[in-house]
Amino acid sequence: MSLEVSQLTIHHGAICAVNDVSFTVKQGELVAVIGSNGAGKTTLLRTLSGLNKATRGSATWKGHNLLHSKPELIVRHGVSHVSEGKAVIPELTVNENLELGAIWRKNKKESVASKSEITSIFPRLGERLNQRADTLSGGERQMLAIGRALMSKPEILLLDEPSLGLAPLVVEQIFQTIRDLTTSMGLTVVLVEQNAMGALKIADSGVVLNLGKVAVSGSATSLIADPQVRAAYLGY
Amino acid sequence: MIQFINTLLIGITAGSIYSLMAIAIVLVWRSTRVINFAQAGMALLSTYFGYEAMVHLNSFWIALPVAMAGGAAVAAFIELVFMRFLLKRSAHGAISGVAPIIATLGLLGVIRALTSSIWGGQDVRIVGPVSNVGYSIGANTLAFSPLKLLILVTVIVLVLLLSLLFQKSSIGLSLRASAFSPEIARLSGIRVDAVRTLGWSLAGASGAVAGMFQTVNGNGSFSPDSIEFSLLLVSGFIAAVIGGLDSLIGAVIGGLVLGLVISFVLMYISSSLFFIAPFVILLIVLFLRPQGIIGAKAARRA
Amino acid sequence: MHRLKSSNNLIYFFVFGFILFLASNRVDELRVYQGASIAVFVIAIASIILLTGYSGQVSLGHGALLAIGAYSAAVARNEFNVPVVVCFFIAVLSSALGGVLLGAAAARLTGPYLAGVTLALAIGLPSLANQFPILGGEQGLIFDVGFPPLSLGEEFTQYKWFFWISSLAALISMWLLSNILGSRYGRNWRAGRSNEVAAQLAGINTGRSKILAFTISAGVAGLAGALLSMTIGTVSPSAFPLALSFSLLTGAVLSGVTTLSGVMIGAVTLVAIPEIADVIANRIGASERITTNLPGLMVSTLLIITVLFVPHGPVEQHRSRKAKKLVQKKN
Repeated sequence: MSLEVSQLTIHHGAICAVNDVSFTVKQGELVAVIGSNGAGKTTLLRTLSGLNKATRGSATWKGHNLLHSKPELIVRHGVSHVSEGKAVIPELTVNENLELGAIWRKNKKESVASKSEITSIFPRLGERLNQRADTLSGGERQMLAIGRALMSKPEILLLDEPSLGLAPLVVEQIFQTIRDLTTSMGLTVVLVEQNAMGALKIADSGVVLNLGKVAVSGSATSLIADPQVRAAYLGY
Repeated sequence: MIQFINTLLIGITAGSIYSLMAIAIVLVWRSTRVINFAQAGMALLSTYFGYEAMVHLNSFWIALPVAMAGGAAVAAFIELVFMRFLLKRSAHGAISGVAPIIATLGLLGVIRALTSSIWGGQDVRIVGPVSNVGYSIGANTLAFSPLKLLILVTVIVLVLLLSLLFQKSSIGLSLRASAFSPEIARLSGIRVDAVRTLGWSLAGASGAVAGMFQTVNGNGSFSPDSIEFSLLLVSGFIAAVIGGLDSLIGAVIGGLVLGLVISFVLMYISSSLFFIAPFVILLIVLFLRPQGIIGAKAARRA
Repeated sequence: MHRLKSSNNLIYFFVFGFILFLASNRVDELRVYQGASIAVFVIAIASIILLTGYSGQVSLGHGALLAIGAYSAAVARNEFNVPVVVCFFIAVLSSALGGVLLGAAAARLTGPYLAGVTLALAIGLPSLANQFPILGGEQGLIFDVGFPPLSLGEEFTQYKWFFWISSLAALISMWLLSNILGSRYGRNWRAGRSNEVAAQLAGINTGRSKILAFTISAGVAGLAGALLSMTIGTVSPSAFPLALSFSLLTGAVLSGVTTLSGVMIGAVTLVAIPEIADVIANRIGASERITTNLPGLMVSTLLIITVLFVPHGPVEQHRSRKAKKLVQKKN
């Protein structure tokens, strides 16, 4: 019962973006995937949610093959992806953005219930339900993006750089929420981050990508202690 | 005074028909980011379906839904077997921006040639369900007949239904989400491909109504070579652009503006400016407000 | 490299033209007339290729630009009795003027918007003929270039005269166009087409560059219009229907919009299609309805097929295939 990625290779045209990557995420675990720009983190995540095509290898969630499927079908297996850059639809209201997350579910009552759950996690969204999403601040948009993904009651959340372009205080708040979601709701999370320190602090374990390959992986504490990781990604 | 009112009434009725055509263009633009120059051809084909229904069943109220269903089916067919393939193939390369435009023009030509070879180049007639003789006020006859009233009411009802669908239903939310951000829509579990087909079908149905009304509102006859058809071809596009291409309300306003301007130009300036007037309006709008009357800030340039 | 190629193509073109000249003495009048039509189409299609393929703009309204040229040539000839050669220059200039205006609008627009504006122009402009009496309304104007000079001999027919004039015009305009495309302006257009922002950053005034492209293209189209009305003998709104604009665009797409060298393919196809359609219709014994619509159907179908399968035209397709083979050999 876990996310199993093995020997995954992904090409962008002639460029090999992800090269022979393997790792496992156990249920209820928060795994940080860190690495510098162009390390292949985003490509990896997009492939897991069906947006990109893999060249070789396999990736399964609870036995469901994630490759060779479409994103709109993968989400039905409980895999929810929050793509890079505050993935909300600015032209729609906060309420509509949230509804979008559960739109494929036939059961309306359930989706209403989960909406109140989400506004209890992010009270600020509850205050702004009828505003258009483009009136929100950056942090609120990121909350909305996560909230939308949570609406479908996912079992695993794929988060792509939630800290991007946000003020340090807001980042801390969002990271804390992600940690709480994992602990209290039993959600499995794959967190892709450039903010390596922040991500490793809340994560159970980490995978360090470098030029498309796994450089190091292990428990978050061991990675923080690793002198090489510290020098290259944590900056001290 | 009576002339002014009549011009106004003629303009509003014609404009409401253009609105439907503009809505069709907008629906397709929103779902696939393609300007469908074949929309008028599809409307023409649908009108022939309506005509066949009239011939066999002799009721306008059956012919109209038949035309709508036919138009929706034709549009869905084109989207499924043709546009998907085209957009995949022409996504890159030197003429990627131009290819869809050229392809829809090709479609227009094919549909035109096919309808003309099946039904012939001569006019066929569709009789409206109610009289097109104007109401009279005292000694004056208004240029507003039961038929025009019917057209206006039907268009208003259709537009209201459509906006209800878009604003209040989850299908409408899927349509809007897919239009604004296909990627987020897919990640939310929306089958964007199916939604696109649906957008095209709605456009096909809307264009079909425009074609039927354009025919009965004119002299009741139409053919692939009639002026009615050329007018649908340009008016839909121009009205949609005036309205900003992305907005349904904009399309309605654009249609009305276009209808009124044409009507007043014809009455007060010259009847031979019939086709040049829309062009001039289009240029003026594009120069003054490139984003349309109701338009997002997204520029037309990129 | 590019320049070399276009001058090579020009040589082919000259050879081809010379063969046609010789052939014009041996074939019947219909063929000569078709030859003249091909030359006219070559010019018109080249003007679209210049615009769409090289500067990345689309015009569905070239028929309107042809009409401007044709009408101004006819008015100059009929009202002011201007010599024929000068009439052609007037056609070029007045269409180019129209092109400046259209180009100024076009510089602010792209893709679908420009397509729509030019489409509206193509439908709207010819109807202006009814507005001004000098343009002769629906009947239109006569455009008569006169009989061939007697020095060419008694047997030199009117159609042959048309053919000579239009072929000469085609050769001159192709030569001019390939020179322009090889020049700085041509490079600017291609740069603007591939990436407008990058071109602007490189110091190219893309707005002005687009207007220039539109102006030259329109001028060439005006010449084609005047020649077209010469072969028909009259200028009227019905000579410039929307279908003409679409046919020209089809011709350009068939030729391959990214290179001038395929221009003959489109022109010959456009002239040949009605005849081929006729043969097919006779062979299958089609009804009159189908016979009259078959050419239109064939043109449109060809257009769609080309856009889908050979979007860059046969010439470019052939080149890239050759290039691929070369790469494979090297590997």
